[in-house]
Amino acid sequence: MTTFPEYIAQNEERDGVRFSWNVWPSSRLEATRMVVPVAALFTPLKERTDLPPIQYEPVLCSRATCRAVLNPLCQVDYRAKLWACNFCYQRNQRGPQMPLVFLYVVDTCMEDEDLQALKESLQMSLSLLPPTALVGLITFGRMVQVHELGCEGISKSYVFRGTKDLNAKQLQEMLGLTKPSAAQGRGPQAAPQQSFNRFLQPVQKIDMNLTDLLGELQRDPWPVTQGKRPLRSLGVAMSIAVGLLECTFPNTGARIMTFIGGPATQGPGMVVGDELKTPIRSWHDIEKDNAKFMKKATKHYESLANRASSNGHIIDIYACALDQTGLLEMKCCTNYTGGYMVMADSFNTSLFKQTFQRVFTKDVQGSFKMAFAATLEIKTSREIKVSGAIGPCVSLNAKGPCVSENEIGTGGTCQWKVCGLDPSTTLALYFEVVNQHNAPIPQGGRGAIQFVTQYQHSSGQRRIRVTTTARNWADAQTQIQSIAASFDQEAAAILMARLAVYRAETEEGPDVLRWLDRQLIRLVGEHTCRVSATIDPNRKQLIPVFVFSVRSLVFNNSPDESSYYRHHFNRQDLTQALIMIQPVLYAYSFNGPPEPVLLDSSSILPDRILLMDTFFQILIYHGETVAQWRKAGYQDMPEYENFKHLLQAPVDDAQELLHTRFPMPRYIDTEHGGSQVRLYLHHLRSRGVTSAQRQCDIINNFPVQTLLFAPVPTPIHTCRHDQQVKSFLLLLFSGSLPALQSEPLPDPQQHVHLGAGKTLTCNL
Amino acid sequence: MNVNQHTPMASPYGQPQPSFGQPGYAPLDGSYPAPYAPYNGPASAYQPGAPPQGPVRGPPTSGPPPVSAPQQYNQYSQSQGSMQNGPPRPTQAPPRPAVSQPYNQGAMNLSGPHPSYPQHYGPPSTMQQVTNQMTGMQITSGPPTAAGPGYAPPHSSQPPVSTGYSAAPQASYTQAPPPVSSAPTQPPPPSGPAAPQQYYSGPPSSSQQPFNSSLPPTSQQQQQFTSSVPPHPPPQQTLPPSSYSGPVPTQSQPPVPPVSQAQQSFPTPQPPFSSAPPPVSQSSFATGPPPSAPGSFPPQGPPPSSQPGSFPPPGPPLTSAPSCQYPGPMPPQQQPPPSQPSPYHSGHHPPRPQMPPTSMAQSNHLPPGPQGPAGPPGPLQQPPSQPGMQTGYPPQQNGAFGQVRGPQPGYSGPYPGQPNYGAPAPAPPAQKRLDPDAIPSPIQVIEDDKAKTTEPFTTGVRGQAPPLVTTNFQVQDQGNASPRFIRCTAYNMPCTADMAKQSQVPLAAVIKPLATLPPDEAPPLVVDHGESGPIRCNRCKAYMCPYMQFIEGGRRFQCGFCSCVTEVPPHYFQHLDHTGKRVDCYDRPELSLGSYEFLATVDYCKNNKLPPPPAFIFLIDVSYNAVKSGMVNIVCQELKTLLDCLPRENPEVESAVRVGFVTYNKVLHFYNVKSSLAQPQMMVVSDVSDMFVPLLDGFLVNVNESRQVIESLLDQIPEMFADTRETETVFGPVIQAGLEALKAADCAGKLFVFHTSLPIAEAPGKLKNREDKKLIGTDKEKSLFQPQVGFYSSLAKECVAQGCCVDLFLFPNQYVDVATLAVVPVSTGGSVYKYTYFQAQSDQERFLNDLRRDVQKLVGFDAVMRVRTSTGIRATDFFGSFYMSNTTDVELAGLDCDKAITVEFKHDDKLSEETGALMQCAVLYTSCSGQRRLRVHNMAVNCCSQLADLYRNCETDTIINYFSKYAFRGVLSNPTKAVRETLVNQCAQILACYRKNCASPSSAGQLILPECMKLLPVYLNCVLKSDVLLPGADVSLDDRAYLRQLISCMDVAESHVFFYPRLLPVMKLESGSLPVAVRDSEERLSKGGVYLLETGLHLFLWVGASVQQELLLNIFGTPSFSQIDSNVTSLPVLDNPISQALRELIYSFRAQRSRYMKLMVVKQEDRAELIFRHFLVEDKSASGGASYVDFLCHMHKEIRQLLS
Repeated sequence: MTTFPEYIAQNEERDGVRFSWNVWPSSRLEATRMVVPVAALFTPLKERTDLPPIQYEPVLCSRATCRAVLNPLCQVDYRAKLWACNFCYQRNQRGPQMPLVFLYVVDTCMEDEDLQALKESLQMSLSLLPPTALVGLITFGRMVQVHELGCEGISKSYVFRGTKDLNAKQLQEMLGLTKPSAAQGRGPQAAPQQSFNRFLQPVQKIDMNLTDLLGELQRDPWPVTQGKRPLRSLGVAMSIAVGLLECTFPNTGARIMTFIGGPATQGPGMVVGDELKTPIRSWHDIEKDNAKFMKKATKHYESLANRASSNGHIIDIYACALDQTGLLEMKCCTNYTGGYMVMADSFNTSLFKQTFQRVFTKDVQGSFKMAFAATLEIKTSREIKVSGAIGPCVSLNAKGPCVSENEIGTGGTCQWKVCGLDPSTTLALYFEVVNQHNAPIPQGGRGAIQFVTQYQHSSGQRRIRVTTTARNWADAQTQIQSIAASFDQEAAAILMARLAVYRAETEEGPDVLRWLDRQLIRLVGEHTCRVSATIDPNRKQLIPVFVFSVRSLVFNNSPDESSYYRHHFNRQDLTQALIMIQPVLYAYSFNGPPEPVLLDSSSILPDRILLMDTFFQILIYHGETVAQWRKAGYQDMPEYENFKHLLQAPVDDAQELLHTRFPMPRYIDTEHGGSQVRLYLHHLRSRGVTSAQRQCDIINNFPVQTLLFAPVPTPIHTCRHDQQVKSFLLLLFSGSLPALQSEPLPDPQQHVHLGAGKTLTCNL
Repeated sequence: MNVNQHTPMASPYGQPQPSFGQPGYAPLDGSYPAPYAPYNGPASAYQPGAPPQGPVRGPPTSGPPPVSAPQQYNQYSQSQGSMQNGPPRPTQAPPRPAVSQPYNQGAMNLSGPHPSYPQHYGPPSTMQQVTNQMTGMQITSGPPTAAGPGYAPPHSSQPPVSTGYSAAPQASYTQAPPPVSSAPTQPPPPSGPAAPQQYYSGPPSSSQQPFNSSLPPTSQQQQQFTSSVPPHPPPQQTLPPSSYSGPVPTQSQPPVPPVSQAQQSFPTPQPPFSSAPPPVSQSSFATGPPPSAPGSFPPQGPPPSSQPGSFPPPGPPLTSAPSCQYPGPMPPQQQPPPSQPSPYHSGHHPPRPQMPPTSMAQSNHLPPGPQGPAGPPGPLQQPPSQPGMQTGYPPQQNGAFGQVRGPQPGYSGPYPGQPNYGAPAPAPPAQKRLDPDAIPSPIQVIEDDKAKTTEPFTTGVRGQAPPLVTTNFQVQDQGNASPRFIRCTAYNMPCTADMAKQSQVPLAAVIKPLATLPPDEAPPLVVDHGESGPIRCNRCKAYMCPYMQFIEGGRRFQCGFCSCVTEVPPHYFQHLDHTGKRVDCYDRPELSLGSYEFLATVDYCKNNKLPPPPAFIFLIDVSYNAVKSGMVNIVCQELKTLLDCLPRENPEVESAVRVGFVTYNKVLHFYNVKSSLAQPQMMVVSDVSDMFVPLLDGFLVNVNESRQVIESLLDQIPEMFADTRETETVFGPVIQAGLEALKAADCAGKLFVFHTSLPIAEAPGKLKNREDKKLIGTDKEKSLFQPQVGFYSSLAKECVAQGCCVDLFLFPNQYVDVATLAVVPVSTGGSVYKYTYFQAQSDQERFLNDLRRDVQKLVGFDAVMRVRTSTGIRATDFFGSFYMSNTTDVELAGLDCDKAITVEFKHDDKLSEETGALMQCAVLYTSCSGQRRLRVHNMAVNCCSQLADLYRNCETDTIINYFSKYAFRGVLSNPTKAVRETLVNQCAQILACYRKNCASPSSAGQLILPECMKLLPVYLNCVLKSDVLLPGADVSLDDRAYLRQLISCMDVAESHVFFYPRLLPVMKLESGSLPVAVRDSEERLSKGGVYLLETGLHLFLWVGASVQQELLLNIFGTPSFSQIDSNVTSLPVLDNPISQALRELIYSFRAQRSRYMKLMVVKQEDRAELIFRHFLVEDKSASGGASYVDFLCHMHKEIRQLLS
């Protein structure tokens, strides 16, 4: 029999599912005592090359009383795309091929260099789109322009004030999109194509035109006086984009790709005024209720996100600016719709350029690795119910027998809408064991959960993927060991972390912290008392570490950064999420092949090169000696070719990571005494909690500000955080967590999957 | 009526009287029959009479009343005859003088009775009454001094006439009243109404008489008349006096005795009249007359000539003393009147009572129907009136007024023709207008003024009235503004408010600050007073001008306006010469000229910043209608070339004006035409509820820099919208867009909006169709002239603040609510052009010419005008296209060279005769090159303590300009009926005041008009019957609103020709010389003639049905009348002198007007003739407007009422 780890790996490989417990406690009471709920990380589009999809969705007769399925006995008129039901003789239209729609929403308030880079990226992207994909362009600055495509001799656009929000009906009228109603008589297929084609056209048709149009894009011409921010009508631009798709392609896969070079400064959705002297809100302002635009803006973007998601449309946000851009307010746009959120300093960076390019990655069949307008439905056996989901989804409010009354995350439903999916998109699903203690489940009983994912494939087809899993029930009284053995602490850590993040989004910060600490203590206590003795300690001790790391994920950095990190944490699969909370560190030296080392300052040696992957950043750190050698230019001397190889090795490995990661990480090459070392140290300190000594060292040796300095320079919550770190450390080392304290260094046999499947051994 | 001219006049006229008397005619009669016949065309009748008169007149002078009367008639007839036949020779030469004479006679005595103004309208037909009244009326033009000299002679001749008339007329007039009384009896029904007309037609009445007399002769007439006629015969005997009555009902015949008879007869006749026959009769008349007319003509011809002869002699005396003339005429008139009056009165009165004022009025109104019948009565009336009127008028007219003329030139020909064609229609009117020739003729006045004006007009003499606007003259600025810039209603203002109030003469000036000067006159010189800006009075801020008196050796100057003493700045100091003038006086325009410009300093600019050059924005409607009518295509094509002609001050330099383009239907499309673009960019703004400009850079561009992009755009616009199905439009947001664009560019400018339909799309300024014909004539009618929503008023205010002038080109196919749409253009100094049912093919030329002119003409932007006056008077009211936020500053977003502002002055203190009254109009504006300037016009007029001086120095054309603007503004707040009444009242008061205070004592039955104002009634009548105040059934609300706003900024020349169109016979055109115009009456048209009529807005070429083939061939290239295509808008280019001259003439007409006139060819008896007839303003209008004759009678009645 395989070990649990093997079992878990197999299941993940096959189903894209990882449960926190792989043997379920058979009663509600028991389950509750487990602290970590029965939950699963589910990756709906887990790449499976061996799955033969049916080439079309089941076609039903359109007569409500018939609903017979298309079958070989039906007469089909291929030219007219009609088929006649052989049962009721109803003539049916063949289901339409869903088009892919890409709507670019482009900010023009940015430096010329940035704009130029962005334009080039956009032009490049056109070549990556399938010829039949529909594209549209909206630009904005002080005004919002919806560009009509395919015009000969003149370029047309519809212009809207950036200060006035429009509802879908108004927009429809103003864009002259009301005619479809008249044309509808001719059939559903004809209608869409006529009405929207002025704004959304097939790439093949307007490729040149759009390329020129993008090429002619000018920086927003309205003068920006000194001491002011440019007027940026992001809120209205997004509203128009949502409205445009809403009335032209409801329930059809579409991406709204928003490129912004700064915060919205006017109209609905503005997050900061145009006076430069008034900085954009910080956590501090938010706490003091001093962020006067935040609530209104958030409300605006939330309503947009809801509209978009209910129509199955994705909103992506590419925010490239040195300062915050309002991701905090806009996060729901991406989080509700499964869109991407990408943050960079400038559009003129490879970070943005390559990330953007990676959006259009294709699989071996040449289809985009993205799916649209998916719904996820969960069916459970009756002893277990679903409490909710956390991830890039919204509720479809589908009540059913398998819906638990106890909500966790987005609950109260057994169906969720996931507008944008890619192979790594992972939802956390929480379950509740409802079986009563006095209704024992027979030995060998299994609980089953079925995941039904319907989605629009990027080829335009609608597809359904069904994943059914089953786990054994076990009586916690008698079989605690097997339950404990089935504990997947990685999955549990991520699941708990997601829950913490979710709570952080919806509750006051201190409460969440308290909750998190309490959960941790309970968990550790539980395990210490009941479980730890029986399970491999190595597999349990990660929990505290992870949970602590989550704290920094949840409560660190600027509001925008937090939103950004949380966004990715909530959608990445387990492996990536793990890296996020526990960076991996490799050491390169002449002493041997690259090896994982402790995420600890003790790993810093003069003759080592360190490569750290924090998911968002990849740092290469040259030790003092190495740095001196490099400065002396030894690598250029033929006799020191080995040094050259040494220098090159981490770079190559970093490239490997860079090429597979989405979003592309920030790549930092630094050395002893370099300005970016702080970043490096920061991670070491905030995460390397296993070594009390070092931890104290770090805490004592660095000023708090430096200690907590964020990748993007907006120190927040410094004092409080400092206190918390200290208190947490005290908690950890005060003996209340004996299991940890007594434990030797964690066993390094943890397998971590990185990107393209390269497996590294991480010694934590 | 007697035209009291000098005795001499009287005598000649006196003779006419006889003619009036049937007897007179009788003599003529030999011709009579004939005359009558002609009369059908009234003229004819006259003619017959005339000949005899002529001779008679000679003697009559002395024998004013009776004899003269007949003579007069003769004269009239002659004149008429002349007009018809004779027009050519005798008439003209003599006529003019005569005309002038008539003026002297000016005063017309209308038997007051006709209160029934309305009647006139209705009843015009009721010529009888009118005639009766007319009989009472004497046109004693005499007083008018102006005319004095020139006129005098004519007067002299006229006088005779008048005398003659007076004799007869007075009688008749007096009768007139009687008629009133009698009217009831006589006119019973129709006659009543008819009566008034008759009165008016009074003069014509003579013709009527002829008719009457002739009536018998003419079978038809007789028939009609017969009924009435029977009685007439007897009256006729009394003819002279009764002539009025006579005419009316043949009754006139019974005139003297007639009174009773008349009455009696009237009743009888009237009935008949009322009966259908009348119309018939008319026609019959026509027919009848024609023949007779011709016959009579020959005779007439001679007579006229003879008359003329006689005129000259009288002339001299007149010349010597106009006033004398008055007296002269007066007496005669009086004399006659007395005698006649009694009879008439007796006779008329009776009838009148019924018809009378009130009754008549009513009847008139009702009558329209009756008029028909009246028609017949008309003839009758005419006869009567003729007697009276003729007696009185004829002389005048003969002498002074254009009667002669009319006839002379064109008429001679026409007349003969008239009878012919007139047969059917014309005849009747002719008949009605008893003797249009007897009443003051605009043509005569115009021609006299032309003849009088030989020297350049120098402005140095204070209080000197300039030549009429119809006269070509050169101006030399010698210290007062040229009349091209400023025209005043009075050049001799009353010293006190009391006098002003008493006279009721409006004190106003029509100012056209940026008027274009002819090439031979230098434009105002530019003065630069340096950095400190123009030198001004410390207290009242008046600008340095010739009225500033330098004192203390030149160190200070005293303001001519407020008398304040101001230091002369050192840099401006100059020594004085021995006369107290500055030595450099003539080197400095501001010290020696009436008009000049200052360069304004930065203090005179908005925000203390020199303005950038203005911008032009073209906003083109591209809705379905606009595209389909071809408008969009035309505009775009034209703009391509027109953009090279943007206004510039220096032809060497390219225009500094930037341009921008917008198209719209219910959304707006802005265009980025930045020169760096490969192709234009279109930016659609569909959120019209809160307009904004979607782009900054590239919207307003320099034409040369962006030429390629612009051309590409203009090529594409028509294509882009070729298949549009959008029918809804917006309007408010369109102007807002332009305004916002100018705001964004921080400059002033002009919007050219090309719009087609009522803006019903959801947007600010959305309108609904509110055209409701039922409201017309009710108290709610005024609401139709008011803007439908307040939105545009506030928008206009914003536009003005920004210096955003809006020109609106409308292409409506239905109601567009001009009253509302025009609010912004009117308030911003813009223009409205309207092309109803626009069709590319036929209207393109007019539109394009208007557009070209509108784009190219010089405009000042962001202007403020201030009129300062010397102590004692104050500018109190302003009329025109502008906005005022306070009571003194006229704000004009744009002021172009065609816009005039009428300013009314009121006393706030006494004026002094010594210093006169000064006014200074200063206009601060931004030139098309972006220069800030101050244009200053100075004007000094005299002040008088005698009313006579006031009346001697008035300008009727300007008064009419003021009245029309005043009235057209009045309809916004008052029922049109009340507005009309107010106008009539004021006019009556003016004339009554004159009569009471300035004219020599005379019979109340005399209508005495000041020389300067003798055309006041005819012009006022034109105002009263304009479409705005008295719309016909086919006049749309839009048209009225359009005309209303159009008038508001017209200068005197335009308003003159608008109200009294120019009608030229073009049968014998010679290149280089202008034919003498004829009066706007159908009678004046010859069936064998071709006439050109222009109103400033319309241009008609009327072609008689019997025009010679050769002429048709020469003009149209076809010999056949029926083959003339009345749809053409231009004449074929033919190589013959006539064609060339005619086309040149048309060209020159168009060149004179600010708007291009589309040529309409109207064939006689074609349907389109109805439109044409609308402009024959001396005739009764289809909408119920009185004929000139009728109105004059009414006026007379009003005056008499005021006097009594």
